[in-house]
Amino acid sequence: MASASSLAASVSPATSSDTVTRAELSEIDASTKAPAMYFLCSAILWLIIGTAFALISSFKMHKPELLGDIEWLTFGRARTAHLNAVIYGWSVNASFAVAMWLMARLARSVVRHSGILMLAGAFWNVGVTVGMYGILAGDATSIEWLEMPPYATPMLFIAYALIGAWAVITFRFGKSEHIYVSQWYILAALFWFPWLYSVAQIMLIFSPARGTVQALVNWWFAHNVLGLWFTPIGLAAVYYFLPKVLGKPIHSYYLSVLGFWSLAIFYNWAGVHHLIGGPVPAWVITAGIAASFMMVVPVVVTAINHHLTMIGSFQALKYSPTLRFIVFGAVNYTLSSLLGSLMADRGVSEVVHFTHAVVGHAHHGLYAFFSMVMFGSIYYILPRILHKEWPSARLISVHFWTCAIGITIYVIVTSIGGTKQGLEMNDASIPFMDVVRHTIVWLKLRSYAGVLITVGHVAFAINFAWMIFKPRADNTAPTLFAHPNPDLEISAR
Amino acid sequence: MNRAPLIFLGIFFALAFSWTGIVLTNQIAYGKLEPVFDEGENKSFPEALPGLAAQGKLVYQDLGCIYCHTQQVRRPGYGGDIDRGWGERQSVARDYIRERRVLLGTMRTGPDLRNIGARQAGDAGREWHIRHMYDPEITSKDSIMPKYKFLFETRKIVGEPSTKAVQRLLPASAQPAAGYEIVLTDRGNALIEYLLSLKDSYTYPEEATRVYVEPKKEQKAGASSEAAKPEAHK
Repeated sequence: MASASSLAASVSPATSSDTVTRAELSEIDASTKAPAMYFLCSAILWLIIGTAFALISSFKMHKPELLGDIEWLTFGRARTAHLNAVIYGWSVNASFAVAMWLMARLARSVVRHSGILMLAGAFWNVGVTVGMYGILAGDATSIEWLEMPPYATPMLFIAYALIGAWAVITFRFGKSEHIYVSQWYILAALFWFPWLYSVAQIMLIFSPARGTVQALVNWWFAHNVLGLWFTPIGLAAVYYFLPKVLGKPIHSYYLSVLGFWSLAIFYNWAGVHHLIGGPVPAWVITAGIAASFMMVVPVVVTAINHHLTMIGSFQALKYSPTLRFIVFGAVNYTLSSLLGSLMADRGVSEVVHFTHAVVGHAHHGLYAFFSMVMFGSIYYILPRILHKEWPSARLISVHFWTCAIGITIYVIVTSIGGTKQGLEMNDASIPFMDVVRHTIVWLKLRSYAGVLITVGHVAFAINFAWMIFKPRADNTAPTLFAHPNPDLEISAR
Repeated sequence: MNRAPLIFLGIFFALAFSWTGIVLTNQIAYGKLEPVFDEGENKSFPEALPGLAAQGKLVYQDLGCIYCHTQQVRRPGYGGDIDRGWGERQSVARDYIRERRVLLGTMRTGPDLRNIGARQAGDAGREWHIRHMYDPEITSKDSIMPKYKFLFETRKIVGEPSTKAVQRLLPASAQPAAGYEIVLTDRGNALIEYLLSLKDSYTYPEEATRVYVEPKKEQKAGASSEAAKPEAHK
């Protein structure tokens, strides 16, 4: 085991700073500043826009007369605008920023050709803007997760190609001898996404496949956006920041390798579980269910690895904003994935399929895990590229608690309400309108949870803007929730 | 130690595996499924959408109806689809082969619409849809479906009142001022034609012999009279 732990130590970001001088890291961070700020500002702008559409759609579900006469904001469009703003606007922009910063640090390479990234960012955000306009104007494709009209998507693809090219260049010119597990995840995600996206675009929009082959392509794509793009980026961040903030290596190098490959092999088959009971070949569905169950392996392996890394350091949660968000995200990765495997069971799916429980589950994965990890990452990255500290620890605290409590309520009420809805819907003796009436109370609670989350996002956006515009101070002490006990080993925020 | 090429190969094959299994294999297996020609009826099934209904489908897409309504009926004994009267039989792959965009959907905030054209048919069905689109609560009290008043137009009567005026179907509170009438827009009309066209009633030869076995759990539930349904559905 000694060799294993020394190997782990040698490739861990927590200990690699012994070999990399602080000056070098600082230089690398500085080189990421322009593109990272560009992606982060866009991400947060889209987060606020997406949140606004989320509230509109959520309230419309129990108050349909709200903005009811405005065709542009009819539920089908507002809901779609919400999804696209938070996925392609917020989540992908945040992913680009965090992945790029991690890539540069882990490859120990300053960002070369940042012009490529700026150009990619321009294409991406113009593409998303045009796509959002298309959705609101009524040009949405009605293909879940691919709603943007075909006149917007080529721009996204160009942006993507540029980022991929940049990543390969950075990786090639990197100085680091070891490939840390975070890099595996990021490289894999950068490679997988364009494959998924191009196959989906071609087989669904430009030259549609016949019949329900489309449904298979749709869910192969849509679930893999989560599984092979957001999950790897989120896990890359957890694998980097957890040891980094705690100042100790990740527990087991081998577990992280096992976690990576089992995820790579099983996750990409799992999406078909969205078609259980649907008009597609039964064997594909069975394979999808099996793969969904097998996802327990990478999830549990990763959870054990993270947990054993955290053990003995839980006190640090009291002080470090980054850690608090990242740990909340990592715990919810485990929970949402295990629930996801459960929901893929035929018997469970018979009930929860077609209900609000699935919506709740999507938010569990994308928000409670992914977005919270991105928030944590941003709290770490921004002070390092701006050489300023977060202006308000209180606003960070508001952000954490409103979002953590809000999303927890959200997931619980949609899960309970959705399960009830599914049970009633399967009982034909209950009139359909009664099923609808019984969901209202849960939908209202969901909206209130959404209001709480909105408060958190506003706090975050204010802190972010304040930080950008405040002058650089001499005081460089990190912004923590409390002043840590000096004995406690905590190397960062 | 440069393991990058090895890692890359692994990453490549991981996705190639599911791409082959889910996308390619199924494209080869049933991506060329053809309509069935029925000599008795002298036409092929599934039937193509009439022109106006095809336009209406685009309205269905642009308004995002798919986010609350599915278009797929699950098999008897799995979910309540058949019992609720959402279809006579389960949906099969061949039902969708003429559709340029397949709108299976994943959410049932509202009921399944695969056979709404069978439930709301003919002129009565058209009138039901007009009321329902104008204000869903007219036909379904407490409905949370949006009102689609923007698919209607209130216009001044010029000359004779239009035969297409619909206000007679609407409640007193919705009546326009004297000299005005309410008509469906072209988009609204197309959307309703699309909904009226939605039905899968034809049984393909390969489906006629399909036998459904009641799931075990109902047998376990035992005594209830409902569990004693016939072993096989048509």
